[in-house]
Order: sequence, then C-alpha cells, then structure tokens
Amino acid sequence: MADGVPGEAPVDRGRVVLDAADVSRALTRIAHEVVERNRGVHDVVVLGIPTRGATLGRRLAARLAEVEGVEVPAGVLDITLYRDDLRLRPARPLARTELPARGVDDAVVVLVDDVLFSGRTVRAALDALGELGRPRSVQLAVLVDRGHRELPIRADYVGKNLPTSTRETVRVLTQADDGADAVLLGPAVAS
Amino acid sequence: MNRHLVSAADLDHDEAVAVLDTAAELARVADRPVKKLPTLRGRTVVNLFFEDSTRTRISFEAAAKRLSADVITFSAKGSSVSKGESLKDTALTLEAMGADAVVVRHWASGAAHRLAYSGWIRGSVLNAGDGTHEHPTQALLDAYTLRAHLGGGSGDLAGLRVGIVGDILHSRVARSNVILLATLGAHVTLVAPPTLLPVGVDTWGAAVSYDLDEVLPALDAVMMLRVQQERMAAAYFPSAQEYSRRYGLDAARAARLPAHARVLHPGPMNRGMEIAAQVADGPRSTVVEQVTNGVSVRMAVLYLLLGGAGDGDGPSGPAAAPGQDSRGVGR
Repeated sequence: MADGVPGEAPVDRGRVVLDAADVSRALTRIAHEVVERNRGVHDVVVLGIPTRGATLGRRLAARLAEVEGVEVPAGVLDITLYRDDLRLRPARPLARTELPARGVDDAVVVLVDDVLFSGRTVRAALDALGELGRPRSVQLAVLVDRGHRELPIRADYVGKNLPTSTRETVRVLTQADDGADAVLLGPAVAS
Repeated sequence: MNRHLVSAADLDHDEAVAVLDTAAELARVADRPVKKLPTLRGRTVVNLFFEDSTRTRISFEAAAKRLSADVITFSAKGSSVSKGESLKDTALTLEAMGADAVVVRHWASGAAHRLAYSGWIRGSVLNAGDGTHEHPTQALLDAYTLRAHLGGGSGDLAGLRVGIVGDILHSRVARSNVILLATLGAHVTLVAPPTLLPVGVDTWGAAVSYDLDEVLPALDAVMMLRVQQERMAAAYFPSAQEYSRRYGLDAARAARLPAHARVLHPGPMNRGMEIAAQVADGPRSTVVEQVTNGVSVRMAVLYLLLGGAGDGDGPSGPAAAPGQDSRGVGR
C-alpha cells in the first residue's frame, strides 16, 4: 500500500472519503475533546489496537501532549487472543501488547481503533484490558464509525461518521503503515 | 500450518519462525498478574502418556491451561492400556469424548504418526516424543532458547553453529533438532562415539565428529544429550567413566567454548556424567530457562493448531471481504 496516494487511488480500492488533511484535523479535534471531557490529561493513558489503531493512538497521544504541554503515556493493546471469531478463520499472528510504565490501574484509558463496525473488537479489547489492570474509566476513540453495531457499544470520540452498506469496505491508511493518510470507502462486494 | 505436529519436518521455515514469534508474545503472559488467556475456552486437550515423563507432560498441561483449554491427563499406568487395550481403541475412546487435540508420548517410534493419519480421530495430534523418532516441541523450545540468546535480526538461526553431543542413536531430541535447526538455517555438528550414531547418519545433512574437544571452539551452542541409563548395559561404550571423560562437558572442556556460547540440555540431566554440575549451574547454561520456554512454545503450538478454524470445524465463516486487513470483517 506504499503507493496509496490519496486522490490517485484506483477505483477498485475505493473512493477517498477523508484525505490526509482531514485525518489530521480529526485527530486534532479528538485530542481537544479528550482534554475537554477529562479536564486535562491527568491520568489519561492512550492504548491503540493494532495495526492502524496503534499508529493512530501514538499520534493522538502526541497531539494531546502538544495541546496540554505534558507527556501522555501511550501503548498498544493486542486483542487477538480475546476475539470471539478466532474459530472462523485460520490462527492469526499476534501483535505485541505494550503498556506504558505506569500501567493502567486507576487510569483513564482512551482506546483507539481505526474503524468502529460491529463492536466486537472493542468488546475483545475490554476483556483484554480487564486482565491487565483496573482502569478508573475507559473511553473509546475511533477515526471512522461506519455503523452496523452488533453489540451495545458506542464511541466517545469519532473522527467521522460514515454511513455504509454492510457489503462495502472501509480502509484506513496511515503514513506509518501505508505511506499516506487516507480513509477509503470501497465498492460493495458481491456476497 | 499442518493440522498435526508429528515431526519437526511438518514445519517449513516461515511456519517455524511463526511458532517462535508467537511463543515470544505468549511468554509475556507469564509476567502478568493473571496468567490466563481465554483463547481455547471450551476446547479439550488430552495428554496421552504411554511413557513416563514429568517435564513434558507438566509443560503441555500448563500451556493448555493458560489458554483456558480443558486438560485430561491419561497415563498408561492405571488405565485400560495396562489391561491390554490397543492404541486404536484408546484413540477411539478419546474421539468419543470429543478431544480437540491429543498430545501423545509413546515408547514406539511412529505411534504419533499412526494416531494422526489413521482416521481414528479428528483432532490435532501433537507428538510429545515417540520412541527414538522425534520430539518436535523440544526442538522448538531449543530453537527458541537459541534465538533468544544468539539470534540475529532475521528471526531464524541463520549461520549459527550448534553441536549436539551424546546418544544420537536413541535420541528423538537430536533427530527433531537436526531437522528444525536445518530448517532455520543453522549448521549442526553431531558428536558421539561411533556406536551411538545411527546407521545412515550421513544422510541427515549434519556434520559428524567423534572428537568433542576439536569441535567445541567453533560452536555457538552445544546441546548435551542425556546418557540413557537404560542403555548402559547394552555395551555401547566400555564404561560410564570412559564416556564421561571423552564426551562429558566438564568445566575444563566448557572453557574451550567461545565466550558467547551457550550450553543446552533437554533434561533430565545426569550430573557428573554427560554434564558437570559446575557447567549445568554455570552462567552459560540455559537448562532452567529451557523449561520456562517450553511452556511458551507449547502454548504457541496449541494456539496455532487449535486457535483458528480447522478442517470441517465450526460454521464456515463468511469469506473475508477483499481489501480487508488481517483483522477481517468482524470489527
């Protein structure tokens, strides 16, 4: 995906719904909302869900640090072993969970993922988090909310609400993982 | 990945590296306050042991339990096997009980293969040692230990020089290690008296030497095999003392190893026989660490064999939509 330049994406990869500037503005706005809601960043720990969520989480933590002028601890939470659909597909490789040194006990954890869809990833993340400590509260930030929830889960911070059909695909590309920031809405696939 | 792990040869290079990578992530669970993952909840793992074993059985049991599988331990002593039940009937019983995986240790070479490929059971078969044939998870934990200390950045063991010393003839550990180390790019030298080398060892693709002192200075790691006491009477060597003097790793001999080299032993050790206590407890020794790594590696194998969809297992999931990342549609 290193050639995934926004605006030049071939038709079969989908239409650009957020470009790099939009993604950047969304992250900045989410950072301000996190600060406003928590009256600062005291006890805030940002945990991203691999792969794109981890990248976005690191960037959100950096924005928070810019806004408030203090370091915000960031980490990565791999949820593979907590998924409820493991038996539907071949075993998946694991990513590394990295917690900041302070841990998550009594923290305000902001979970970050790229796309909120069924809500099952977030459910798995809550299970994974519960085994690592006891946060004071958990909030959820996503770059794109595409609807079609299958569980009673909602996001606290949303970059963009994107109405979709269940058969469409939403892809988030990031500078670190794909060479460019963008959100692509792919065509409906025959099911 | 193959549905069974009967031989180290069931793993190609990328699969072997994937097992080691997965084990490295799962090892971190041991550092957490809650050493438990829900991944294999509702799955049944049967430990089927026809031969005595402490560490392998406990290691598999700990690994399965950390992944939340139900573990049933079946040892031949006190079971119907002592009344003459055949391997086939035992297997059919396990199948009837719904075993998702069978970890088998048997005194007969080929027992694990027979169990896996006879159509008796649908679950995965993990070979935990069959006769003098293979012990693939031991080879994986040895490779994991070697990689942790001596691995380059490549994820495998490319270019590493490993000596395997002792009773190659009767050692399933040696055979699995020779296969796996070659898969991972290491160069293996087998060191033993001629009587303890199997016929056809020249076809194994490993170098062979009768002289330990000559080999030691050029090794990155040396793996000492247990001298199996039960073989002593069979006159493979004149006396224990003579064997120990020529092939035992005492402190003076260990000093011939390069400074960075490690000493491995699969256990159980005969201290003073193939390895001196001073070396076994010394800073180069990875013996205790190998036991810890064994749990992580067996967790990785269980996860990779049982964690995903198997043949005809569960409902067939919706085909992953094209253009989705590895986390797929369910998010």
